Amino acid sequence: MKVSIDVKRFDPEKTNENNWVQNYKMDIHPSSTVLDALIHVREEIDGTLGLRCACRASICGSCGMRVNGKAKLVCKTRIEELAEEGETLLIEPMGNQPVIKDLIVDISAFFAKMTQITPFLQPDEFPKQGEFIASNDSMEKLLTEMNCIMCGLCVSECTILEVDDTFIGPAALAKASRFVYDPRDSQTTDRLNFLNDEQGGIWDCTRCMQCVDVCPKDVAPMDRIMDLRETAIEIGTKKTHGYDHTNSFEKSVVAHGRLDESRLALESAGIFNIPRLLDLIPVGLRALIKGKLPPLFPHKAEDNKKIKEIAKKIKEME
Amino acid sequence: MYDHDLLIVGAGLAGLRCAVEAQKLGLKVAVITKVHPVRSHSNAAQGGINAPLTDRGDDWKGHALDTIKGSDYLADQDAVEIMSREAGEAVLELERMGVIFSRGDDGKLGTRRFGGQKVARTFFVGAITGSALLHVLYEQSLKLGLQVYEEWFVTSLIKHEGAVRGVVALDLKTGELESITAKSVVIAAGGAGRVFEPSTNALICTGDGLSLAWNNGAGLMDMEMIQYHPTTLARTGILLSEAARGEGAYLLNSEGDRFMKKYAPDYMELASRDVVSRSEQTEINEGRGIDGNVLLDLRHLGKEFIETRLGYLQEVSVEFLGIDMAEKPVPIRPGMHYIMGGVKTDVDGETGVPGLYAAGECANVSVHGANRLGANSLLDTVVFGRRSAEKASEYVKTVTNDIIPTEKYVKRDLELIKNIMDADGKYKVAEVRNKMATAMTKGIGVFRDQESMEYAKKIVDQTKIDYRDSIRIQNKGKVYNTDLLFALELGNMIDCAESIVHGALTRKESRGAHFRTDIPGRNDEEWLKHTLIYKSLEGEITVKTPDVTITDWEPIERVY
Repeated sequence: MKVSIDVKRFDPEKTNENNWVQNYKMDIHPSSTVLDALIHVREEIDGTLGLRCACRASICGSCGMRVNGKAKLVCKTRIEELAEEGETLLIEPMGNQPVIKDLIVDISAFFAKMTQITPFLQPDEFPKQGEFIASNDSMEKLLTEMNCIMCGLCVSECTILEVDDTFIGPAALAKASRFVYDPRDSQTTDRLNFLNDEQGGIWDCTRCMQCVDVCPKDVAPMDRIMDLRETAIEIGTKKTHGYDHTNSFEKSVVAHGRLDESRLALESAGIFNIPRLLDLIPVGLRALIKGKLPPLFPHKAEDNKKIKEIAKKIKEME
Repeated sequence: MYDHDLLIVGAGLAGLRCAVEAQKLGLKVAVITKVHPVRSHSNAAQGGINAPLTDRGDDWKGHALDTIKGSDYLADQDAVEIMSREAGEAVLELERMGVIFSRGDDGKLGTRRFGGQKVARTFFVGAITGSALLHVLYEQSLKLGLQVYEEWFVTSLIKHEGAVRGVVALDLKTGELESITAKSVVIAAGGAGRVFEPSTNALICTGDGLSLAWNNGAGLMDMEMIQYHPTTLARTGILLSEAARGEGAYLLNSEGDRFMKKYAPDYMELASRDVVSRSEQTEINEGRGIDGNVLLDLRHLGKEFIETRLGYLQEVSVEFLGIDMAEKPVPIRPGMHYIMGGVKTDVDGETGVPGLYAAGECANVSVHGANRLGANSLLDTVVFGRRSAEKASEYVKTVTNDIIPTEKYVKRDLELIKNIMDADGKYKVAEVRNKMATAMTKGIGVFRDQESMEYAKKIVDQTKIDYRDSIRIQNKGKVYNTDLLFALELGNMIDCAESIVHGALTRKESRGAHFRTDIPGRNDEEWLKHTLIYKSLEGEITVKTPDVTITDWEPIERVY
């Protein structure tokens, strides 16, 4: 099969024109992966191309990069799935991580975030002999998180990390949930309090779904973060903007049949939280100038009986 | 002052288990690894880890006998005894560190059956056991604040007055060469699968640790014992775990026959790996294969069972072959997978070179002999990784704090690197490696004979010359120069290949994975011996054949 790839190159040792896109053409086996193509380039065409790869079997997590704009593990991405014969693929390094050379990014921030969440089991006490006793169900549930290979694709595409690098991020939060739900761990409350309070914790996710979309191991980090939010509320750690936001959202929708955005902003910040409210003023002014300021008193939906019924049903189900 | 008491080369299971133990013993430890720890090839172990747990009615002797029989009586029985006795505690300890093992209805750890064993004693995490263990040991290393030289490649060992006192290593991110001193060094750098093409092994398995030890006076033992795994994917050679057969999958030939009934009527698909691989190859050679493959059939296990117990296998099969295992059998064939041979050590990781220890796949204790049982490799890494740390911690107390001069070692390696960077020969590194690796598979395969082994040796000899005189690299930069890295790795692979062909040509019998069609029988009279190969500073090779240690189990005919 004839294959054409454009690779985004970066050479830190060049002083000028150190960023460029280079095209490579080759003839390789029809079921080749993107990684096969890159290895072919490195071995046969251009020994200066930099990339990481090891296992070729989607278990080591080395070969994350962007293919046609979307983060992929290239060892499990077959070319024929993305391009017709002769069509050019664009390969770029992952996002949200500084590039060291070509397709190699600096993964140190990724792993530093792992250490933030106390990434090891903290039992109260160890069994005197033998193993911890736990149900197979409780363990099998954790396999979802355990499947994470720390490839960094979720971090590459995370829209929060793009603007706020204090966010702990999808991979590390998924890892955190692996300990929160482990019946052997004794620090559940502390862990949740930390994830709840910390700037950059579970409430910073905007549910854009990018991490769920790109995860090559179906860890679905966003779903794990949502689990953590629910559990945090259940165990009573409610003193968070995130909880206030959720609560205000629900009250508004149930009461008026629609969202009262002004009230939501005030209640999420906290009515008596003066500094946070002052922060809102410039946002409000900008919205006013653009004509986007929500009405101070909400319109009521014409018939919100149905909505109230739905809300009641949900309460019953819970 | 030394930089470290103990420096561990490699951060897979053996390296990290060793590091965690050494930290607990209060040593100043560091790990040096050419990839981030969680990228290590221990990840690729899928099926599980063996342990005879007494509270489940099992006993260490059963496991030891299965291991020894599996090894075709080449394993040293005193070493096997230690591994089997310590296995239970080693696995329980991993559980207490946080590994999410599968469990039974009683909430205790559950098992599956694996090849060459009649008892189900393999503990597992889905089909990602290696990855699950590696990530938990990495967690423990974070807990203990382990220092890691990440993405550093060791170019040589510092050997001062006969003892190993550190390494010289290349920081891949900067291209700078530096010396790191240590009172002792543990080599835990994994296998050498890339010496063969194809192989199930990661591209990083280039025998670096074997070469480092061999070039510093340690012996390489039983290197001819190359494990061909019975179930690797057609074309790509990617591994499908033995767990598939452990959970009940069939092997079928082109006639739809479960052909193992001819070769191993009692154990069927769960005979030892060498036996199953030979049976498959015989079927293929005799015209009952399909395009050079046979079939692995899981259809009768059902989709739900496959996806919960063998999820990763299904993922691999779907992603790489487009085959849903619940719908269609998968074409597979034997593929190079593991080296039973390695740096000769005693049961505490000692290599005989002062200050130098080895553990994991690169070491040969020897517990696997001529054929390793599935799920014994993970066990080997954690048991002997821990023991090496203990022994090394005693040794470091005997080493004084005097500073040793390191400039000349760094200078020597700078020279080596300059030679490679300046080389302008006619062959690319990959070309040379691929030619050698293809010849190794052809010559030292599932079946071999004098002629094929001599062919492999001829190519290896030529490769040595080509490597010295005729390679070139294109990348002249410093930052992340993988071109240079591959050239350095090729040097290590050539050392491994050389020791493998010497071992193979030495052993004049068939035993385990070393099956010679020209001498088909096992010969206990003359060959209940290891092949042990040394290289002098001048590159001269000598071969010794020490006796196998037999304790309670006299060699008998091996039938499955």
